[in-house]
Amino acid sequence: MRLDKTEISLGLIALACVLFGFVSPGWLIFLLTIALAKALVVQGVVMQMRSGLVSFGQGLFYCIGGYTVGMGGQFFGIHDAIAALSLGMFVAIVVAMLLGLLLTRYREIFFAMLSLAFSMILFGILVKSQELGSTDGFNVHDWTLFGWAPEAGAGSQHTVFTMTVVSGLIVAVLIHRYTKAGIGVICEAVRENEVRVEYLGLSPRWLLYGNYVAAAAVSALGGGLTALATGHVDPEMAYWTTSGEFVFIALLGGLGHVAAPFIAAIVFSFVRTYAIEFVPHTWQMILGFTLLAVIIFLPKGLWSLVSREKTGERA
Amino acid sequence: MTCILETRSLNKEFGAVIAAKDLNVQINKGEVVGVIGSNGAGKTTFINMVTGYLKPTRGEILFNGKSIMGHSPRAITRAGMARSFQVAQLFPEMTVIDNLIVALAAAESARPSFLSPLRSDARIARAEEILKEFGVENYRDSLVTAVPQGARKLVDIAMALIGNPQMLLLDEPTSGVSVDEKTDLMDTVMNAVRQHGVTVLFVEHDMDVVERYVSRVLAFYSGEIIADGEPAAVLADQQVRDLVTGHRPTTKQGNGAS
Repeated sequence: MRLDKTEISLGLIALACVLFGFVSPGWLIFLLTIALAKALVVQGVVMQMRSGLVSFGQGLFYCIGGYTVGMGGQFFGIHDAIAALSLGMFVAIVVAMLLGLLLTRYREIFFAMLSLAFSMILFGILVKSQELGSTDGFNVHDWTLFGWAPEAGAGSQHTVFTMTVVSGLIVAVLIHRYTKAGIGVICEAVRENEVRVEYLGLSPRWLLYGNYVAAAAVSALGGGLTALATGHVDPEMAYWTTSGEFVFIALLGGLGHVAAPFIAAIVFSFVRTYAIEFVPHTWQMILGFTLLAVIIFLPKGLWSLVSREKTGERA
Repeated sequence: MTCILETRSLNKEFGAVIAAKDLNVQINKGEVVGVIGSNGAGKTTFINMVTGYLKPTRGEILFNGKSIMGHSPRAITRAGMARSFQVAQLFPEMTVIDNLIVALAAAESARPSFLSPLRSDARIARAEEILKEFGVENYRDSLVTAVPQGARKLVDIAMALIGNPQMLLLDEPTSGVSVDEKTDLMDTVMNAVRQHGVTVLFVEHDMDVVERYVSRVLAFYSGEIIADGEPAAVLADQQVRDLVTGHRPTTKQGNGAS
C-alpha cells in the first residue's frame, strides 16, 4: 500500500500525539481523547455534507456505538475493546442499512429533520428503559485489549487515548482515500448536479445510501471510544444538542481536508473547557460567537487558514 | 433500416395543458433527426419523456424494440440512450477534466469504487483525448463555470457520448452560443457522433443548422407533429412556415400579436 504525502503527514502527527500522551497531564489526555472520538463522529457528518446532506441526527450512531460497547460488557460478556468497538460499528451499519432505505429518498431540510427524528426516537427509548439506567445511563464494564487489562486510572486513560489516535489515523487514511475514490468524488457530484449523475447511468440514491452507511460506521466508532474513555453512557449521546454539536464542529473545521474535523474538535473542546472555566454562566454564548466569527471570517472553516484559501469567498 | 426508437400514441398532459398529443415517431439507426417547433410546441417534453425524465400520461416508448416505459433515466442511459441538456448539466465546482473523469468512471461501472482513486492515469489519458476530440483542451483545468458557453455545451455532449450510447438526444445544442461558434460547435459534435456511429435526434431553433446537419426533420406544433420528412420538404411546407419557422405570410396588423 503506497502512502501519499497527506497519509504520511497524518501518520507522523498520530505518532507525535501518541508520544505526547506519555508526557502530558491526565486532564489533557482525557480532553484530547474525547475531542478525537467526537472528531470521528464529525467525520461521518462531513462525509454526508460533501454529498449535500446535513445530518442533524448523527448522535444516533454515536449513541449506538457507545451503548453497544457498554451493553456488550454489561450484558454479553464482551470485554475486549476491539471486539466491542467492532460490534458497535456492526450494529450501526445494520441500523443505517435499514434507516438509509428511507432517509436517502430525502434531501435538504427533510433529510436533516428525519435524521434528527430517528436520533430522538432512540433518545426516547433509552430514557424509558429502566434496564439501561433510564436518563442516568450506566457504567461501562472494565475492558481488556487482546486479553491485557490496563491499569485503572492513568493506564486505562492512556491506552484508550492511544487507541483513539490509532483509530483516528486509520479512519483518516481511509476517508482520505474514500474522498478521492469513485464513490467519494461522485457523492460530491451528486451534491453539485444530481440530474447529471442520473444521466450518467448512476443512482444518486444508492450512492448516498453507501455514503450514509459508511458515515454511520465511522460515527459509531467515535461513540464506542467515548464510552471506553468516560466509562459511562447515557441517553444524552442521542439528544439533539449532541448532534448539533457535531454539525457545529463540522462547520468549524470545514470540508476542505480530512484533518479539519480533528482540528475543529480539539479547538471546540478547548474553547468550551476554558469558556466553562472562566465564564461558567455564559459559555454557550462564547461558543456561539466562535461559530459566528468562523462563519463570517472563515466561511470554509478553520482549514482555510491552513490551506491559505481566500477567506472572503463563500463556500 | 432498423428502428431504434419508436413512440406509439405518446401523450403528456399537465392538467388542462396537452404538451404531447398522440406522438407516433420512428427513428431508424444511423439517422440524424432534427426536431423543430416554436416555444411550448412539446419538443423538450418529447425528449424528457423518451429519456425517462417525465412520465408520459399514455402511450408507449420502445428502444431497440423493448419497452422503456417507466424506466428511470439511469436505466435508459445504461440501455444506450444518452442526452444533453438545453442548459449544460455539469458539475460546477469541478474542472472540465474532472467532469469528464466522473463520466468515464460512471461509464465503466454503475458501482463506483470505495477506495481506488477516481483520477487514475488511464482515465486522465482518456479524458485528455476527449478534450482534444472536442477541441476544449485549453480549458482542461478550468472550472466549468469559468469556460464559455460553447465549451460548456461541448463538455456536456462529450459526457453524454462517453458511455458509447447507441442514440444521442441533444436539446438545443447551439442555444446560448454565438452565431460564429454555432457551426464550429456542430461540426465538432457531428464529427464525434459519426466516429461513434450514433443515431442522433436534436432539438434546434436555428434552421440553418437544421438544414445543414440533419437527414430528417420533425416539426412540432402545440404538442403534435405537423410534418415529418426531408429537411427541404419540411421547411418548405406552408404549415411549417406559418406555425414553426416564422416565415408568415403577410397578415393584418393589430391582431394582438406582439
